[in-house]
Amino acid sequence: MVAGYPGTPSTEIIETIFHVPHDGVHLEWSVNEKAAMEVCASASYAGFRSLVTMKQVGLNVASDPLMSLAYVGVKGGMVIVVADDPGPISSQTEQDTRRFASFARIPVFDPASPEQAFLMVQDAFSLSEQYHTPVILRPTTRVCHGYAAIEFDEHYAPKSAEGFIKDSSKWVIFPKLSLRNHELIEKRNVQLATELSHYRFNTVLEGNRQARRAVFASGISYSYAREYQQEHQEMTLVQLGTAFPFPEEFALQILSGRDEVLCLEELSPLVEEALLRTAGRHQLKVTIRGKLSGDVPHAGELNVRLCAQILDRFYGRVAPQAIACRSDLPALPQRPPVLCAGCPHRGAFYAVKVAMKKQKAYYCGDIGCYTLGNAQPLDMVDTCLCMGAGITMAQGFSHTDPEAVSFAFIGDSTFFASGITGIVNAIYNEANIIVCILDNATTAMTGHQPHPGTGFNLMGSYVDKLKIEKILEGLGVAKLEIVDPNDLKASVAAVKACAKLRGVKAIIFRSPCISIVKSKEKCVINAKCKNCGICIKKLGCPAISMDHGQTVIDESLCVGCTLCSQICPHRAIEKVQHG
Amino acid sequence: MDRNILICGVGGQGTVLSSKLIASAFMADGEVVHSAETIGMAQRGGSVTSHIRVGRAVFSPLIPEGRGDLMLSFEPAEAVRNLNYLKADGIVIVNSHPVKPITESLKETGYDGSEMTAYLQQHYLQTYVVDSHEICRPFGSVKFFNIIMLGIACGLGALGVAQSLVVAEIEKKVKEKFVEVNKQAFAAGVKLGENYATN
Repeated sequence: MVAGYPGTPSTEIIETIFHVPHDGVHLEWSVNEKAAMEVCASASYAGFRSLVTMKQVGLNVASDPLMSLAYVGVKGGMVIVVADDPGPISSQTEQDTRRFASFARIPVFDPASPEQAFLMVQDAFSLSEQYHTPVILRPTTRVCHGYAAIEFDEHYAPKSAEGFIKDSSKWVIFPKLSLRNHELIEKRNVQLATELSHYRFNTVLEGNRQARRAVFASGISYSYAREYQQEHQEMTLVQLGTAFPFPEEFALQILSGRDEVLCLEELSPLVEEALLRTAGRHQLKVTIRGKLSGDVPHAGELNVRLCAQILDRFYGRVAPQAIACRSDLPALPQRPPVLCAGCPHRGAFYAVKVAMKKQKAYYCGDIGCYTLGNAQPLDMVDTCLCMGAGITMAQGFSHTDPEAVSFAFIGDSTFFASGITGIVNAIYNEANIIVCILDNATTAMTGHQPHPGTGFNLMGSYVDKLKIEKILEGLGVAKLEIVDPNDLKASVAAVKACAKLRGVKAIIFRSPCISIVKSKEKCVINAKCKNCGICIKKLGCPAISMDHGQTVIDESLCVGCTLCSQICPHRAIEKVQHG
Repeated sequence: MDRNILICGVGGQGTVLSSKLIASAFMADGEVVHSAETIGMAQRGGSVTSHIRVGRAVFSPLIPEGRGDLMLSFEPAEAVRNLNYLKADGIVIVNSHPVKPITESLKETGYDGSEMTAYLQQHYLQTYVVDSHEICRPFGSVKFFNIIMLGIACGLGALGVAQSLVVAEIEKKVKEKFVEVNKQAFAAGVKLGENYATN
């Protein structure tokens, strides 16, 4: 069984499985990470192998089942792939899933390359089955978005299983079971640490045998260090492929007789702390360098150049030829991510902005493409915290400032993932908010995955679409409007009508993502254009620009949403058919 | 052979397909290939790069700075933004047609790409500037520029893999009804590249 929730950079795992033969595998995009892990828990209780995928912040959502599952254990192998995002490149946090594994007391594998990730998944399944525990595989963005050749058996058939065998002393978590298993888990981890000391990806490349220094690297940092090692073969380089349980025996062999050791790792200093502990426990006279000593930056991702600089410093080398840093580069245009040309979210944000022109209002955003509504000139996202928080935060503001109108903007996929409980909370606690559901019929930001509202799933079935309006009616919202965000007049009217009422109101702005429908229309500028630039200044559509004083529309980007035409004071923009 | 090729541009320009075609052409040639994409938050409009690394002693998925042999840039400012990856004597093939970020339109800084191509030509001996809109006109859409770019690199002899292998990958990876027009686009690029090489 394979289940997950989309999140960069983990999304492609399930998408890849979908595109290769996977007969006999139940494959699903779950409604959120917690659901994915729980669905897979049953499979593993029944003796089947299961794979759960998510990004690092998804593990926060799934942490409730994970923590308990760590105590209960599994029968069929369970691997949880959690993709971390140093940088962060497309995430809210720089949290370290290796730390989460150590918190949950379960093993974690940390691949240095796509090839290693492929082999480690298999190792992780074996280990999971051998020790009856969920195991985490933790790749980072550069591993996830890297490509390499691998060989696999296309005729792979899932292992059969005997099915779930009832045993409440084993599968029902009670304090007594937790106490007993806690004891067993800690004993097991000692045993595991010994076994992992001989693991194939806990390796040492001995340079100079008498070297007084050694470098430990974990995950992608090892690949960066290998680039350096190519030119400095005398360095002793250690890969630590399993940060928890820490393979102390293996580490101790390397630490003994060294004066100084450097740890290259991203996110948190987990290996560094483990080495400090090892050195302390064995009273070794060795200096451990890394993040805690200030030699490696705490925040942001590493790369080949940064690692080379750190290593040069560690070995007391003067960099032979620093890369010529060009100081005379022309000023580069900034290219922040923006809502696409014709994105229906633009219409929704703009309609709320127009309707609230003279009123005090708070705009609580959420996780998805529409977070980009924060950019100028729309400037319509005041807060963004985590999945689903827009609704509950709007509720909070409605209590702290009852005079203002509090809005929540949430996408369709996020609504299903974690928006519904927020609405329940708001209604029950008498909030006055307007929930704007930006329904573009897909999970857009991660690359258009289906969700309960799209009418199909990964098993290839066409299923009944869960209707957001039915859910909202069922919950009992005070008012429900459904509008096309590309119809500005109707959208503004819907917002104004909702703003007059008390209670929890909802507006579904419904129009599909421009990437999933092919438009046959486009907008063109006619002779009435005064080049006033109002369309550019109000909407910030990337298809419209000013070229030597002339307003121009890039035909290759325009999808004919007509929002610009609706706001043009000179009626200078018309919709025409493409080509 | 060892070769580091960087492709850069703006999301939506078709850089990923170019990268996939190059990587698989090298693989068909028996080389060990690693590649990587850097993708930002947005579906479209943000800076994107693809790194292709050919060779046995390759570890980092991204090209180490200063080690790129060839850059295919779909946008003039993106070429300059990624110069740190290129060798001092690296080859640059760059589209002169700018993609203006909306922030520039709001500020009206007058960015039109010309300053970028001028800089490249001044600092990199092997800079080849091509106007995507002009060269794509016979094909009716700038969507073919990614394939033309591959053709130019092949025609220049800068890609490091045989033309026939790239064509074979186009046949394999492009939707059937678009294979013919993509092959024509590729041939147009090759011709332009060959012209550059002889001039």
